[in-house]
Amino acid sequence: MTQQVLNATVAPLPPGETLTPAAQPRSKLPLASLMLTPSVAVLFLWMLVPLLMTLYFSAIRYNLLNPDQTGFVGIDNYRYLLEDPAFWPAVGHTLTLIGSVLGISVVGGLLLGVLFDQPFAGRGIARLLVIAPFFVMPTVSALIWKNMILHPVYGLWANIFRAIGLQPIDWLAQYPMWSVIVIVSWQWLPFAFLILLTALQSLDQEQKEAAQLDGAGPIRIFVYITLPHLSRAIAVVVMIETIFLLSIFAEIFTSTAGGPGTETTTLTWLIYSIGLQQFDIGIASAGGVIAVVLANVVSFFLVRMLSKNLKGEYEK
Amino acid sequence: MNEKAPWWVGILGWGTAFVIFLPILIIAITAFKTEQDAYSLSLLFKPTLQSFNEVFERSHYLGFVSNSVYVSLGSTIASLALAVPAAYSLAFFPGKRAQKILLWMLSTKMMPAVGVLIPIYLLAKTTLLLDSITGLIIIYTLINLPIAVWMAFTYFNEVPKEILEAARIDGANAWQEMLHLLLPTALPGLASTALLLVIFSWNEAFWSLNLSSVNAAPLTVFIASYSNPEGLFWAKLSAASLLAIAPILVLGWLAQKQLVRGMTFGAVK
Repeated sequence: MTQQVLNATVAPLPPGETLTPAAQPRSKLPLASLMLTPSVAVLFLWMLVPLLMTLYFSAIRYNLLNPDQTGFVGIDNYRYLLEDPAFWPAVGHTLTLIGSVLGISVVGGLLLGVLFDQPFAGRGIARLLVIAPFFVMPTVSALIWKNMILHPVYGLWANIFRAIGLQPIDWLAQYPMWSVIVIVSWQWLPFAFLILLTALQSLDQEQKEAAQLDGAGPIRIFVYITLPHLSRAIAVVVMIETIFLLSIFAEIFTSTAGGPGTETTTLTWLIYSIGLQQFDIGIASAGGVIAVVLANVVSFFLVRMLSKNLKGEYEK
Repeated sequence: MNEKAPWWVGILGWGTAFVIFLPILIIAITAFKTEQDAYSLSLLFKPTLQSFNEVFERSHYLGFVSNSVYVSLGSTIASLALAVPAAYSLAFFPGKRAQKILLWMLSTKMMPAVGVLIPIYLLAKTTLLLDSITGLIIIYTLINLPIAVWMAFTYFNEVPKEILEAARIDGANAWQEMLHLLLPTALPGLASTALLLVIFSWNEAFWSLNLSSVNAAPLTVFIASYSNPEGLFWAKLSAASLLAIAPILVLGWLAQKQLVRGMTFGAVK
């Protein structure tokens, strides 16, 4: 499964050619495998051991607060979790968050990318300003937004609203999910922008000029030439952001702590609160397994969608 | 096609850049205000370093900074120490499975962190690595290792074949080849790999929030502690945040090209 994701990600290899054109292999030295083994070994352990532990914990009764209750419980942890009234909303919140941030960052990144592909004065510096939020640590961005921009009394928005005679809004209390989406998008839009701009700038100008000579307008050029050229970059942005967004934690930890109520409780937050606040290891592990499955389902659909795109590109 | 864009494009570009950068600009300005001035958005104020002084005096700020430095540098060095030989081996002595191994390494990045949160927390607790710098270094090394291998691999791959062949004809052995030829040629690439790893570890906040609290807490965790009402001391919050993000912001600006390469695994150049 993940293999498929990667094959799509690392796609630009013509069939029959390996990744390693740099040197003709000499006879394989023991030294070479000796150098490779440590990395492979630690990653193998890192991949396998925790995952097996999660699977094992998810099938036993294991609560740090009640250490004497033990034993195999089969799928009871899963059943309990699925019946938790917070579970399905949490899945919903996770998908809303991922979907909205992806939408905002891809569409916004495209628009910004096209804008910054134009040769305006000082765009190199303006570009540095646009990508800056990506390098701000997540807890800092959540706090800036929470305390200085969205704050109902002192925040920037409250000031703007008062200045135009409107009642300030308590964003984090009234629209908590949207607030989190805005905070996370602020960090990931610059990433999408940077990737898409890089891809845009590698577009062959002659192709565009030829289309122009044939009388195609800018919109047709964008739809028929630019967008297809960007499909791989968009695919990469969607996949990478999905994987990171599924584990969004620090922004919620710092801004809303899953609340008010459970309105911004994502799957990640739910697992954290069951496991590390209520110390029910068994049920939290069941949640962990579900998160891994969800990650794979999401990437499976993505890959199918994308591999079609990519295939089209290769057959040309 | 290459003439300058119309004036309104420039306005639009700079306008969007300003809006996106505004939150950072706000803390950069507020950090130099007194607490009394902080709540007004006015630009007319007397710059002061008072908030910076208070941040240094009141919290163990330097302790958090040094934790961040240890963890970032430690994990970067460890990742490179593991990744460079691996990438060298994959690039210059590729076995049949080299490509599969590379892809598999990247696939470990596809696992959501929360899926293994519980076992890692418990493992850290039983091995006394919870809230320890060593524990964070181990985790960061593992999550950054695939990116490190991949980037080092792509840089090694760009070393011209002819040089290598010449050296081999002259009878250089593998070690000499690596020390005298490859490392110098690939050094700029490895430097930017290191840069990227430092940025990622410095900003990492999932594992640091979950695995550290007092002793090993890096800046990400310290800043999160401002989410209580203390965070309304804007000038101090801004000063602490600005110090935490400024060095990495500069590194990030320097590394923007490598970032694209490192995070897309070479699929976008």
